[in-house]
Amino acid sequence: MIPEDFKQQLQQHIAGVEHPREKVMDVIFMLQDRFGYLSDELLEDAASLLKMTPLEVEEIATFYEFIYRRPVGGHVIHVCDGVVCWMSGYTAILDHLRGRLGIDFGETTPDGRFTLLPTCCIGYCDRAPAMMINRKVYGNLTPKRIDEILEKLGWDITGKRDDTGSL
Amino acid sequence: MTQVLFKNRHPDRIATMEEYRAGGGYDALTAVLGKYPRSKVQQLALDAVLLGRGGAGFPAGKKWMTVAETAPFPRYMVCNADEMEPGTFKDRVLIHTDPHQIIEGMVIVGYSVMAERGIIFIRASYENAARILEREIERATTAGFLGDNILGSGFSMKISVHRSAGRYICGENTAQINAIQGKRANPIQPPPYATEKGLWNLPTVTHNVETLACVPHIIRNGPEWFKSLAAIPTAAGTKLYCVSGAVQHPGCFELPMGTRLSDIIENHAGGMQAGCAYKTCLPGGASTRFLPKSLYDIEMDFDTMKKAGHRLGTGSIIVFDEKTCLVGATLNMMAFFARESCGWCTPCREGLPYMRDILARIEAGDGKPEDIPLLRQMSKYVWNSYCALAPGAASPVESLLTYFEDEVQEHIHQHQCPFSSKG
Repeated sequence: MIPEDFKQQLQQHIAGVEHPREKVMDVIFMLQDRFGYLSDELLEDAASLLKMTPLEVEEIATFYEFIYRRPVGGHVIHVCDGVVCWMSGYTAILDHLRGRLGIDFGETTPDGRFTLLPTCCIGYCDRAPAMMINRKVYGNLTPKRIDEILEKLGWDITGKRDDTGSL
Repeated sequence: MTQVLFKNRHPDRIATMEEYRAGGGYDALTAVLGKYPRSKVQQLALDAVLLGRGGAGFPAGKKWMTVAETAPFPRYMVCNADEMEPGTFKDRVLIHTDPHQIIEGMVIVGYSVMAERGIIFIRASYENAARILEREIERATTAGFLGDNILGSGFSMKISVHRSAGRYICGENTAQINAIQGKRANPIQPPPYATEKGLWNLPTVTHNVETLACVPHIIRNGPEWFKSLAAIPTAAGTKLYCVSGAVQHPGCFELPMGTRLSDIIENHAGGMQAGCAYKTCLPGGASTRFLPKSLYDIEMDFDTMKKAGHRLGTGSIIVFDEKTCLVGATLNMMAFFARESCGWCTPCREGLPYMRDILARIEAGDGKPEDIPLLRQMSKYVWNSYCALAPGAASPVESLLTYFEDEVQEHIHQHQCPFSSKG
């Protein structure tokens, strides 16, 4: 259930336009930013706010890569697998991330902090290889730079290496 | 080198509205609104040979003319900032450089077709750019260049930013129209064209970010000036070329339209990376054809590329060196297109994964000689699809087989990728 005050906030956002459903993406993002992912309940709530059927919202929710229909970690890492990143060290970057976090694509760390997902070319080809974390872009990646980023986000890279044994 | 769109480019910050105005920004809007007949604005764009910078190269003025005088209201002006073509990042750089020329361009085009609502459709990975645009729209509104009765002209226009959530097909005009309306973003096959029946069945004119940014400069300086910016007499304006891949200095460069590929790579992108030799490039993003080495000096404009059997696309040059496997690169792109297919029509939904799987087998060393004619056949077959996604997806495959068949054959005969030792 959406708390009443947040519901009013969403209603206000929708009220400004002639066709409520044109705000479907904003509403999904607002719900996702607050609750982490779009659960079945939230999807139905969104539908009733937007005067759409749940199926119509589902058609959209399952269409885009930055909408999550399943629980994700606090930090969602999207690794760019575009062709420029591919030729600029994508595989090494991905292997390093997998090792450090002990997870594969589509998985979340057991403590619920990181989820690893692919993304298509994010338009930072001048800084390849690149990735996004919570919609912020990180470019010119190297294993060292990835370690710095993970540590900044509070991930103990040495500890996890022992846990997973994958490095 | 004349800088027009990048005149106010700073390494570390966005140009302010004041800076833009000091250089003549919003003068075109002031001159046009309520003073120029709408047909004059259209004629200026037509005379300037302003061709759509999003990849299709359609004459902008001609597009505006397709909105009938008697067409119903409200009408819509959409700025396509969905830039999801692999290798392309010019619109991102442009928004981060001098965003007000985009806003001014939208109002002028809006005026020329009497569209009072503007929508900027932007991809999820450009959240920073979306915020910049929202902030600058606010500033332009406060300054009186947007909103009700702009500069007392009687013309009103509001612009909002529509965030997308990451799907390549949304860059396609008709799919984008569905997306804005809160529908699943499948393409709609014309006719009717969007300029007649677009958003909510009302006239909708869509332009790429770079195209819109050119408009105020054309109005202010005239069509002849715009044409004189190009490197060759048959082209017009400047072009934002993106260069990425195996070059020293990847980046986005504003150069005369029709600048030679070799000049762009060697003199602007710093040449090839140390130890790398040029093999080929995709001249306009992942949905264009690999260029043969013989076209290394080609003039990069719509017309010259077309005459050579290629497409300028977005002018985003992805450079491949001799040590990069083109089968692997093509497989990467086909995996992208197969994933991004909206699934609406069969040739694309079924054809692209099939082509991807054949390429994956060849790359893994399990390819058979008959896979080559099969891929050729499939490259033609996917043209039966509903929109331009699948034909674009087939371009790297078809050109790989045309110009680099030896490399594919090597994979098949050696039962492995000859580049696999590269690591």
